[in-house]
Amino acid sequence: MKKSVLFGTLTAAGLAAGAASAATLDDVQARGTLNCGVTTGLVGFAAPDADGEWQGFDVAVCRAVAAAVLGDPMAVEFVPTTGQTRFTALASGEIDMLARNTTWTFTRDVDLKFEFVGINYYDGQAFMVPRDLGVSSAMDLDGATVCIQTGTTTELNLADFFRVNDMEYEPLPIETNAEAQQQYLAGACDVYTTDSSGLAATRASFENPSDHVILPETVSKEPLGPLVRHGDNEWGDVVRWTLMSLIAAEEMGVTADNVEEMAEGTDDPEINRMLGSSGELGAKLGLDSDWAVRAIQAGGNYGELFAKHIGEETPVGLARGLNAQYTDGGLLYAMPFR
Amino acid sequence: MSASTDVPKASFRLSQLIYDTRYRSITIQVIALVLLVAALWWLVNNTVQNLETLGKDFDFGFLTQPAGYDINQRLIDYDSQSTHGRAAMVGILNTLLVALLGCALATIVGVLAGVLRLSKNWLVSNLTAVYVEGFRNVPLLLWIILIFAIMTESTPEPRDFRGEDATASLIVGETVAVTNRGVYIPRVGFENSLSAAGADWRAETAALEAGEEAAPPPSSGLDWLIVFGVLVASILGARWNTRRADAIQEATGDRPATWYVNLGIIVLPTLAALLALGATIVAPIFRGFNFAEGIHLRNSLIALWLALALYTGAFVAEIVRAGILSVSKGQTEAASALGLRPGRIMNLVILPQALRVIIPPLISQYLNLTKNSSLAIAVGYMDVRSTLGGITINQTGRELEGMLLLGLFYLVLSLVISALMNVYNNAVKLKER
Repeated sequence: MKKSVLFGTLTAAGLAAGAASAATLDDVQARGTLNCGVTTGLVGFAAPDADGEWQGFDVAVCRAVAAAVLGDPMAVEFVPTTGQTRFTALASGEIDMLARNTTWTFTRDVDLKFEFVGINYYDGQAFMVPRDLGVSSAMDLDGATVCIQTGTTTELNLADFFRVNDMEYEPLPIETNAEAQQQYLAGACDVYTTDSSGLAATRASFENPSDHVILPETVSKEPLGPLVRHGDNEWGDVVRWTLMSLIAAEEMGVTADNVEEMAEGTDDPEINRMLGSSGELGAKLGLDSDWAVRAIQAGGNYGELFAKHIGEETPVGLARGLNAQYTDGGLLYAMPFR
Repeated sequence: MSASTDVPKASFRLSQLIYDTRYRSITIQVIALVLLVAALWWLVNNTVQNLETLGKDFDFGFLTQPAGYDINQRLIDYDSQSTHGRAAMVGILNTLLVALLGCALATIVGVLAGVLRLSKNWLVSNLTAVYVEGFRNVPLLLWIILIFAIMTESTPEPRDFRGEDATASLIVGETVAVTNRGVYIPRVGFENSLSAAGADWRAETAALEAGEEAAPPPSSGLDWLIVFGVLVASILGARWNTRRADAIQEATGDRPATWYVNLGIIVLPTLAALLALGATIVAPIFRGFNFAEGIHLRNSLIALWLALALYTGAFVAEIVRAGILSVSKGQTEAASALGLRPGRIMNLVILPQALRVIIPPLISQYLNLTKNSSLAIAVGYMDVRSTLGGITINQTGRELEGMLLLGLFYLVLSLVISALMNVYNNAVKLKER
C-alpha cells in the first residue's frame, strides 16, 4: 500500500517534470504569472525603481508578453539572473523567457538549444575608461586591467580583440554589473568593457558621468533580444509576435494612447488584423483577439518604450541609431501581420 | 533425550519474512535496497528523458574545443586558444594553490590561537576568544567579500605610483607594491639561468649599448629544480648528521653539538647553488597601466586565502584547545615537578599527547577549507569552479557534464587529503604495545 503511494507520487512527479518543458503557454496561464529572467540590475534595461518595482527596456518586453498572455502587465515574476546563471535558469524551466540583453549567437541558438524570438536592441561591444587616464583609442590599452562580466560573449570578444591586435591584458572577472561598477570606480581595473548600451547605462548612474569616456571602437556586433527554450514553438511564437507588435505599432503610428481607439477599426487593414478588429490572428496564437492591444497598452510601442527608458531624454541618453525603424534608416523591421 | 531430534522440520511460510526475527532484518534490507535502486533509476531516467526533450546529448567532447576566454592567474601556460580541458587544469591548479596556502596558514593560526586561548594572561586569552567567536560565527562568504572590499577600497591604484608626484610608494626597501589590484612582491631572477630564455637574455644583455638599461634576468623551472634538489639533498645530509650524533650519544653518553653543523650543511650548498646560478632579486617596476616583473598576488587570491585561513583557523583553534584540555592536568604538574619550563611542557609533554585527539577532526577542517575554496567566484578568483564549473559550462551549455567532472574532482581531492592525513594520524596516534 505504502509502496504504491510512493510509486504513484514518483510517477506523478516524473510526469510533471516531463510536461514542464512542453506547453509553456498553458503553464503560464494556469500559473497566472509570467516568470521572466532579467539582469540583476542595469539602469534603463532592468532595475527596480525606488518603489521596488522593476523598470526598464527589457522589463517592458516581459510586461508586454504578460499583458498579451495574462491580461495584466504587472503579472510578472522577475527573476534576476547573472551572465552565468541565465541559461541554466531558462533551460531548467525556472523562467519562461529571458529578456536580459542577451546576444544572439550561433552557439546559443544551435548548441545551447535556445530560440531567439527577435532583436530588441542592436548593440556592439565598447570600452569605457576614466577620462584622466588619457586613453583615446582601444589600441592604446596594451597591458591594461579590464573588468569583464564572466559568462558573456563580451568575454570571448575581449580575448579575440586583444589576441588579434597582439596586445596583453589582465582580465578581472566579475559576476554582476553592480560589482563591475564598484571595481571600476575603485580603480581596480583601468577599463570596463560590455555592450555600449550597458556602458552608457552604467555611466549614467555614476556621480560624475563626464569623468568617463566610452572609446570610439566598437569591437563586435551584439544583437540583443529575448529568448525562450528550443522546442516549444507555440510559446516562441507568442513572445516573437508580441515583440513584433511593439515594433510594428511604432511603424504604423499606434501608441499607448490611441490604441484603444484604433482597435475599434481603422482604414489600415494591417492595423485591424494586428489589433483584432478583423481576422483571428489572436486565436491562432492561442490568445484572445485583444492580445496586441494589451501588449501595446502595457507601456507603449517600441519607440515610446525606447524614449521612456533609454532614449536621449533619459539619463542613459542613447540615440536611436541602428535601432530606428527601417523607414528612418535603422534596422528595425517588423514582419507583416497577415 | 531423543525428543530433540524429531522436532518437525518447519516448512517456510511467507509470513515468516515479517514475523520471524531470523528473516525480518533481511526483508527490510532487501526492500530498502529495491527502493533505493528504484529512486536512483528514476533520477537517471528522468535526467536522460529531460535531456532528450531538450535535444541535448551527453558528451565530453567540449573538453578538447578551444576555450576562447582568458584567465588571469595561470600556473601553467594557457591562452584563449587553449582547450576547455586546459582551462579546467588551470582552475584545478589554482584551487590546489589556495587550498594548500589556506591549510598551511589555518594550521599556524589555529594552533597559535588554540594555545593562546588557554593562556593565563587575561588580555591574550580574551583577544583570541574574540577572534575565534568572531570568525566562527560569521559566514565565510562575508569574510571573503569584506577582506576583498577592504583591499580594493583602501589601497592605492597602480597609477598613484607613477610619475614625479606619485602619491604612493613601494615599501620594504622599494621592493613591494601594495595596490588595489593586488600585492606585487619581488621575484628571483637567474643571470646564469640554464634555460633557453637565460641564453637569450645573456645574448641580449651583451649586445646592449652603453646607457641602455638591461632587462631583468629570467627564471625558469629548471633553475628552481636545481636549487630545490640541492636543498633536499642538504636536508637529508643534516638528518644523517643528527643520526650520527644519536649513535654517538648511545655509545658514549656524550652528544656532540649538531645545530651549527646542520645549519652549515643545509645553508652553504643551497647558497652556493644560488650564487652559481647568478640569483638576483627583481623588484616590480611600474610600466604602462600596471606593475610588471615581480610576482603578482592578486587581491582575489589574498582575500580568499586570508578569509579561508582565518575562518578555518578559528575552528582549528577550538580543536587544538580541546586536544590540550584532554591531556590530564596531572601531566602538567608532573612535568612541572621535573623542573620543565611552561614552554617546554607544552612542546614536549602536552602537544604530543594532544595531537592524537587533534588530528582526526583536523582532517575534516582541511576538507572543509578545500571545498569552501569554491566560493572563489565571489571575488573572481579563477579556481576550477570558476573555469570549468563557470565559464566553460556557460559557453558550451554542458552543465551536467561539467558539474559531474567538478564533483569528481572535489571527491578525488578530498579522498587524497584524507588518505594523507590518515597516514600522518597513524604516525602520531597512541601506539599500544
